[in-house]
Formats: sequence, structure tokens, C-alpha cells
Amino acid sequence: MAAISRDEVANLARLARITMSDDELDHLAGEMDVILGAVARVQEVASADVAPTSHPLAVNNVTREDVVLPSLTPTEALSGAPATDEERFKVPQILGEA
Amino acid sequence: MSIRDNASVMSEALDKKEISAVELTNQHYEQIAAVDKDVHAFLYLDKEGALAQAAAVDKKRAAGEKLSPLAGVPLALKDVMTQKGIPTTCGSKILEGWRPPYDSTVVTKLKNAGVIILGKTNMDEFAMGSSTENSAYGPTHNPWDLTRIPGGSGGGSSAALAAFEAPLAIGTDTGGSIRQPAAVTGTVGVKPTYGGVSRYGLVAFSSSLDQAGPCARTVLDTALLHQEIAGYDSKDSTSINQGVPDVVAASKKLDVKGMKIGVVKQLAGDGYQKGVEDKFNEAVAELVKLGAEIVEVSCPNFEYALAAYYLIAPSECSSNLARFDSMRFGLRVGDDGVKSAEEVMNLTRQAGFGREVKRRIILGTYALSSGYYDAYYGSAQKVRTLIKQDFDAAFTKCDVLVSPTAPTTAFKIGEKSNDPLAMYLNDIATIPVNMAGIGGMSLPCGLAAEDNLPVGFQIMSPAMKDDRMYLVGGALEAALLYKWGKPILDFAPKLVGSK
Repeated sequence: MAAISRDEVANLARLARITMSDDELDHLAGEMDVILGAVARVQEVASADVAPTSHPLAVNNVTREDVVLPSLTPTEALSGAPATDEERFKVPQILGEA
Repeated sequence: MSIRDNASVMSEALDKKEISAVELTNQHYEQIAAVDKDVHAFLYLDKEGALAQAAAVDKKRAAGEKLSPLAGVPLALKDVMTQKGIPTTCGSKILEGWRPPYDSTVVTKLKNAGVIILGKTNMDEFAMGSSTENSAYGPTHNPWDLTRIPGGSGGGSSAALAAFEAPLAIGTDTGGSIRQPAAVTGTVGVKPTYGGVSRYGLVAFSSSLDQAGPCARTVLDTALLHQEIAGYDSKDSTSINQGVPDVVAASKKLDVKGMKIGVVKQLAGDGYQKGVEDKFNEAVAELVKLGAEIVEVSCPNFEYALAAYYLIAPSECSSNLARFDSMRFGLRVGDDGVKSAEEVMNLTRQAGFGREVKRRIILGTYALSSGYYDAYYGSAQKVRTLIKQDFDAAFTKCDVLVSPTAPTTAFKIGEKSNDPLAMYLNDIATIPVNMAGIGGMSLPCGLAAEDNLPVGFQIMSPAMKDDRMYLVGGALEAALLYKWGKPILDFAPKLVGSK
């Protein structure tokens, strides 16, 4: 049985905010199944007594001094924006009203 | 002085005023004009900016100012590092035309040192790949054989070095993207200790693994560049606040007598090309001749490193790449005044990301989703602990570890591009280093008998002991140069139009 179904891949694409064509989904579902089959072997050695490592350095809550430093001007910050309005990022509607 | 010289030789010639930085920069642009139509190492050339930088260095030198050793030496920058005002695409359509409003810390340091940034180099999209075939702007070709891959993800940087388009380059290494390209092009590349070089302005792929590092044609040149870009940076919360190991002195020492060098049992055998293993073993024999002691070490959990990597890196990538949402920068598709932000986001990411990036985002989204998290991402994190433990145990018995860098020499463009798992196997020997956050170097150790293509020798050193890999690498390089009678790149066929 496949480790992952085409419907599950479609749901993941929805969660990841990527539109996918039927062809893309068909192709990716097959590939995901093969890849998951290969990477699942991490479970062979991941016993309960092994602590997880999320990061090579054991650093926590690194903060800098709370002093004001120069930062981007509004013009610089908006320089790469697809659309702007005055000194703001202009985005498509988010609340369902045209 | 020629463009085939090493950066350290160029540095001396500049210092003695035998050549100006402007002349040297122009010579490199001439070479790029002659060969890059065939190699395609560069995505963008900043000739105007580079020549202005070079003129400024010449002016300072004429005024007798004290300059950094690399002042006036040209460099190729991987297109994953931001440079203010210069297009930064990460090899992706989603960032086409984006000009970052700030410099990465690496670029700030390069500019301060007077290093001349020629342009931005090609790469697998968002550094995901081992062949540079995943670039949205077309593949880079290996100067040794234009039908073959230059490695990846930093294939543009490695090819630029091997084609004498630049004597220095910057790469980034998440699972081998500096070292494997170096291996297959006969050049040198170093992944410093995680936290050794700032990640500020390095567009993130997998933040707990990504590390920028120096690339060049010799160990000493790599060390000179390492020295310029390394060091603590308050803008990177994972930057290590310690002094940089003296990698330049280490690469000049040429003495490995009594050093204990561990050969990793698991990084050999099945899947490794015979010519690769032969050249690796010959290099180990050279180290014995130089007085080093060889110890065989076993790292049993390395067998699971590849599987763990292809869960951890996609998981972190699925989170990091969420920032490409078409709202604040980059591509925006389908904004017709009617569609919602979410619809526009979905369409933009469909059009802007390539196949491999989508594959990894979906894989990572799956590995992090509730119900699967413990079985996949959680288990991979435990494997990471086991790999670190294997390294810790090995380093109690030896000073450095060694292995082939990549299991094969450069393969043909297109040969593995439809088989993700076959492609992922290229990183089998380089991934453990990233998982543990330690240092790794690749330097050339000969040409494989089967195909006459370069083989990479990997040296791994404990965290913040980066000088050790330079020490061993420098000594091995000198011994091999003596044996070959000329640098390895002199065995490569000459490119059409090349100097």
C-alpha cells in the first residue's frame, strides 16, 4: 500500500499554499511515496532513550542590547514590493470583499 | 601574472604594483566574455560596480594605505547571498528581478577587505540540489567536460574557479553544496564550523544546517578568504562569539607528523566509484608518507544520515520558504483585483517555484504535520543526536576524519535529473558534517582512472578546530602537487577562447 495518497498530497499542497495541476499531483504523489519509503528508515534507530537534536549549537534566547540602530528607510523597505500605495505594501483583498 | 595564478600570487603582484586591481578585474571579465557562454557560471555581472571597487582599491594602495591581503582580488558570489542593489535570485523565478536593499554580512566583510565582487553565480534553486540543474536559469557546465554537471548547489561558483573566471568564490553548504562542487571540478571548498561565518543575508534554506564558506583553487587561497569572512556577528543569533582559528598559518605549516587521521569505514564501499576510492586511498598513503598515523574509525549511524537529512532539511525549508508569499517582494501572479491574497499566493508559488523546491516543501509539510511529526521529523532529530555522538567518539581517537567527498566523479547533465533519490545519494559523505555542525573541506586528490575526472578528498574537523582541516589539506596538497608536477586544473582540457 502506498505510504501517501494523491489526496493527501493535494491537502499538503493546499496547506503549503501551492496550486498544483492534476499532472503535478499525479507525478508528485508517486515520487513522495518513493522518498517517504526511503527516509522512513530513521525510525529503525530512533528509540525512546535518544534525545532529539534540533540544532548544532546549544544557544537560547540570544538578544542584543536594546539600542536603536539604523534600519531601512520606508523607500528601501518597499523597494522590492510587487505593489505599493503611499508608504505601504499593497496586497490583494484578504477579507473577501472586492 | 596571469588569471591562472592563485589568489595569493595575485595578492603579491597587486602589493608590488606589478598589476592594478582595475587591470586584474578587466582580465577576468575578458575571460568571462570568452568562456561563460559555454560554462554559464554567472547569472549576473556587475562590471561597473566591480571596476569602481577596483579603482577605489588602487587609489588606496597608491596613497600607501594598509590593505587586506585580498584587496583587489576578484571573487564570484553565489546568488544566495544578498548584495545591496544587485539582483539576487537564488536560482529561482520567484525572486527574478529582486534587488535586495541591504548587504549580507559576508558581502560587507568582502567590501571592507577590498575584495572585488565580479558578479553572482548560478546555483540549484534555493540551494536544493547537487548538480545546478535545478536552477530556473538553466544549468552550469563543468569546465572539465561541458556535457557534465559542476556539482551543486554551488555549481556556478565551482565552475567559475575551474574556468579561471575568478580566483575566489563564496559558496553555501547545507548538505555538501560547497564541498561536492569543489570535488567534481578539481577545486577547493570549505564548510566552516556552523556559526563560524555569519548567515545574515544568506537566504535561508535549512537554518540549522546552512553555512557560508570560502572556495578557491588552493588551500591557502581558501584560508585567506576564510579569514576575511569568518567571525562573530551580532546580526546572526547563531554566530559563535569566539576568535577565528588561524587557518592561514595552519595551511602554510605543511607538517602532519604524528597527527591521527581517521578513515571513516562507513564512507566507502557500495555506491562509491572505483576510481574515486583508488585516488582517495592513494592520498591517504601520501599522508602516511608525511608521517601521519591512520586510524580506522566506525560511525555506524552515518548510514541513517541521508534519510535524516531529507527530513530535517525539507522540514526547515517548508517553514523558511513560507516567506515567499508575493506580498512584500518578488514575483506576484494573478493579481487581477478580484482574486484574494490567498489565491494570488497559491498561483505565485505554483509559477515561481521549480519541481525540486515544491517536492521538498511538500515533503517537509508532511514530516511536520500532526500525526506524522514524531515518526518523521522527531525520529530524524534523534538520528542527528546519534551522528553527533559518532563524531564525538571518533574525535577522541583522532584529530581529523577523512573520506571521499562525493561517491562519484561529475555525471552527465540530465543523467539523474528525473530520479530524486539517485540525486540525493551524491551527498551521502558530506551530510554528516552538517548534521553535527562541524567543519569540512574538499580538495582535489587526483583524476579517476575510468573517466579522467577530478576526485575530491574530504577532511572533517571538530567544531571550531577548522585550522586542523587546513593543516592536513595544505600538507596533502603540497605532496600531491609535487607528485603531479603541476596543479590539477592544468590537466583539464582548455576551454575555447580561454587564456
